[in-house]
Amino acid sequence: MTLLSIQNLKAHFHTEDGAVRAVNGVDMDIEEGEKLGLIGETGCGKTVLGLAILRLLSENTTVEGRILYKGQDILTMSDHEIRKIRGKEIAMIFQNPLSSMNPVLTVGTQVAEPVELHQHLKKKDAMQRVIEMLKSVKIPLPQERVKEYPHEFSGGMRQRAMIAMGLICMPSLIIADEPTTGLDVTIQAQIIELMKEVLRDSGTSMLLITHDLTVAAELCDHIAVMYPGEIIEYASVRDLFKDPKHPYTRGFLDSLPDRGLKPIAGISPSLIDLPAGCKFHPRCSLATERCRKERPELIKVGIKHYVRCFLYD
Amino acid sequence: MSLYLELKKDKPAMLGIVIIIFFGSIAVFAPYIVPHDPLELNLEERLLSPTVDHPMGTDNLGRDVLSRVIYGTRVSLSMSVAVVTVVMVLGITIGTAAGYFGGLVDDVIMRVVDVLLAFPSIILALVIAGLLGPSLTNVMIALGAIWWVSYSRIVRGSVLSIKEKEFVEAARAMGCSDVYIVRRHILPNVLSPVIVLATLDMGHIILSIAALSFLGLGAQPPVPEWGTMLNEGRPFMETAPHLMIFPGLMIMITVLAFNFLGDGLRDALDPRMKEGAIK
Amino acid sequence: MKKFIARRLAIAVIVMLGASLLSFLLLYLAPGNPAHAILTAQLGHDPSLEEVAFFMAKHDLNNPFLVQCSQWLYMITHVNLGMSFRTGEPVLVEFIDRFPATFELASASMLIAVLIAIPVGILSALKQNSMLDHISRLVSLLGVSMPNFWLGLLLILFFSLKLGWFPCFGYGTLSHLVLPAITLGTGLAAPLMRLMRASMLEVLRQDYIRTARSKGLSEQVVMWKHGFKNALIPVITHMGMQIGHLLAGAVIVETIFAWPGVGKFLVDAIYARDYPVIQGFVLIIALFFVLSNLAVDILYTYLDPRIRYDVENGK
Repeated sequence: MTLLSIQNLKAHFHTEDGAVRAVNGVDMDIEEGEKLGLIGETGCGKTVLGLAILRLLSENTTVEGRILYKGQDILTMSDHEIRKIRGKEIAMIFQNPLSSMNPVLTVGTQVAEPVELHQHLKKKDAMQRVIEMLKSVKIPLPQERVKEYPHEFSGGMRQRAMIAMGLICMPSLIIADEPTTGLDVTIQAQIIELMKEVLRDSGTSMLLITHDLTVAAELCDHIAVMYPGEIIEYASVRDLFKDPKHPYTRGFLDSLPDRGLKPIAGISPSLIDLPAGCKFHPRCSLATERCRKERPELIKVGIKHYVRCFLYD
Repeated sequence: MSLYLELKKDKPAMLGIVIIIFFGSIAVFAPYIVPHDPLELNLEERLLSPTVDHPMGTDNLGRDVLSRVIYGTRVSLSMSVAVVTVVMVLGITIGTAAGYFGGLVDDVIMRVVDVLLAFPSIILALVIAGLLGPSLTNVMIALGAIWWVSYSRIVRGSVLSIKEKEFVEAARAMGCSDVYIVRRHILPNVLSPVIVLATLDMGHIILSIAALSFLGLGAQPPVPEWGTMLNEGRPFMETAPHLMIFPGLMIMITVLAFNFLGDGLRDALDPRMKEGAIK
Repeated sequence: MKKFIARRLAIAVIVMLGASLLSFLLLYLAPGNPAHAILTAQLGHDPSLEEVAFFMAKHDLNNPFLVQCSQWLYMITHVNLGMSFRTGEPVLVEFIDRFPATFELASASMLIAVLIAIPVGILSALKQNSMLDHISRLVSLLGVSMPNFWLGLLLILFFSLKLGWFPCFGYGTLSHLVLPAITLGTGLAAPLMRLMRASMLEVLRQDYIRTARSKGLSEQVVMWKHGFKNALIPVITHMGMQIGHLLAGAVIVETIFAWPGVGKFLVDAIYARDYPVIQGFVLIIALFFVLSNLAVDILYTYLDPRIRYDVENGK
């Protein structure tokens, strides 16, 4: 069953230098229990997309389209309704847990907040729940550590606490924004292992936002590749690695260390000044006149494999 | 150039510049634009309310307030420019020396700074000015003697952080002299916080000079200084409130202009310090 | 923590030692003979050479520099600031007599400043770029730019001379306190308001505010539980450091309103070249300043667990 359905989503924000078109017509579904990876370079709008789902974008952003969660449109909900979704139904795990946790509140207080709020637990019971949760994300001595502040935790421990905070209400969907970025490689591996485990146990769906294809391959069933503001390819992990269709996806794969570290020529366009037609045409060696003028639609090229490119038209 | 473009978007900063330029030209051309001699007594026209001939009225000795206010621009602006220049030079020199040479030099300087910072600056200025005897020059000396402290701290801080940067290490490795490194690599980097501070300090210094003069420790009558004028007009404020209002307004507008410009410069020169940044 | 406080205390003692040296030097190096000035004031005519010599001998003003300097240090370390030339009373007694009036004025001003600046600063940040925000920013900027003594004069002009609501100077009743407290309080409130607004805006931009929202917390909880406490840290620090400046501001406000406090007495002492009073008062004010900064440093470590952690772990 479809848990979350994003339809023709657009998110633009207005700055002095012009409108930043961060998301330009994204369609995407997440099934119950599915783990979907959203891959893209820095500045392609993937974080904005994640924040738009929980309506966490700043007020100068206009969001259009539909985000259906269990059939209800999140974008038309009242503030009260969306607050009942946040943390309880859909939770977020942010990158950089040091800045994402409040420095003057203890870790215990912060992890407890969602259950106190949504399950109306008393302080004491909530803290009990927090200790169990910290135990399940393998933080040693949880009964001691709940009283500590975020800066007293190591980077890896902080991210574990973030994960505990996200999962504590057993949400149906977790949006994890670069959860392993900024961690040491060994810690990264531990966090990935931990996430695999907790997601398997809970059956929670996940939208994993990352620029790291290997992390997505480890954790996800399907991958959506984003290139400034739009999804340009969607496939299962297996198909994407075995049979990438879009020239950008191919280039992206070729730039991986174990595939030869070949960089894609040129740079990503700025979100303020996007090219007409296919957004990738200025960097594409196969681009034709049509690519410069028309925007390609998503084309089905296999079972659950879609690509936005005229080569397959 | 980009600084100018940044500032151009900042309306208050532009307003500040316009006011400063306007008052600056008034100060420079004061002798040509005053309607009356600011020192000329006219006992028959004492304490007049504003009229066409005396748009800001006259004071208790029949002197034209507008002319005195115009000359006051000259006194305030030139005094504060002088003080700010002196403290900037002092502060940069001392701060650079402390930061660049470190060790004993730094220790001694920083202890002196600590001691000076143990006094609220206006009290220290008050005492120094009072002991030296009431005069504008002494107020300037008093302010100059204490105000360099904040500059030397900022400059020292920046120098300490820049000193560790690779480009300075590289310059040293290539055998550049200390003076060259400081002039070529360090000074340009400490300039923007210093300029911001100096602009905001123009306002603070104008306020301090006015306050000390108001207390009778600065400019002495008949010098047309705004603070002194307020002090002189005070006994007559019930019958001649214009003696109170105009000089005070001038102080406020001038200080406001420097604050507008200073805030704008800070935002333009250092986006990290933009509204909301905490010292 | 103890080590941190001990170190801070040691620094404070060194600074105070330096401050007492400086206050001694200031007067030692001051031009003009204080004996002459004071005797002129006391006698009403130029004193004779004998009178000056007698005065200088009586007050140990003839001793060599180092002797005078060590005499001064000996005195202040024995809580003795000497006698006022003018009144003949011990300087410390003069200070203690006048301190309650200044304390009353200072606390009333601080209260006014906090009551205005904190709520308006927060509202201004929460409703950024609203009409309220623009007005409060302009008013606070005007407050920063306005000479404090001028504001005091305007208040006297309108509220006491024109309207007759409050007495224009003096001390004693609550209505005497209103105008001076507003004058001094406004001077404090303006920068405090700017800082409160800036601090709140800065906090609202932080990632942890977004995290708090992502949990489904209401805006009120996000603001007060997650925002306010963080935003208050720099504001409280600033207020602590303002205590010294409060005494400085009191000098001018007390002079305008003839408020019989420490500040007015200091200004009078400066006019009269009452050296022991100037020296003593300046030193006590410095002591207040240093102690309040010390208190802020310690308070800070309690408010911000990050600093406390660094301090306790010797970083």
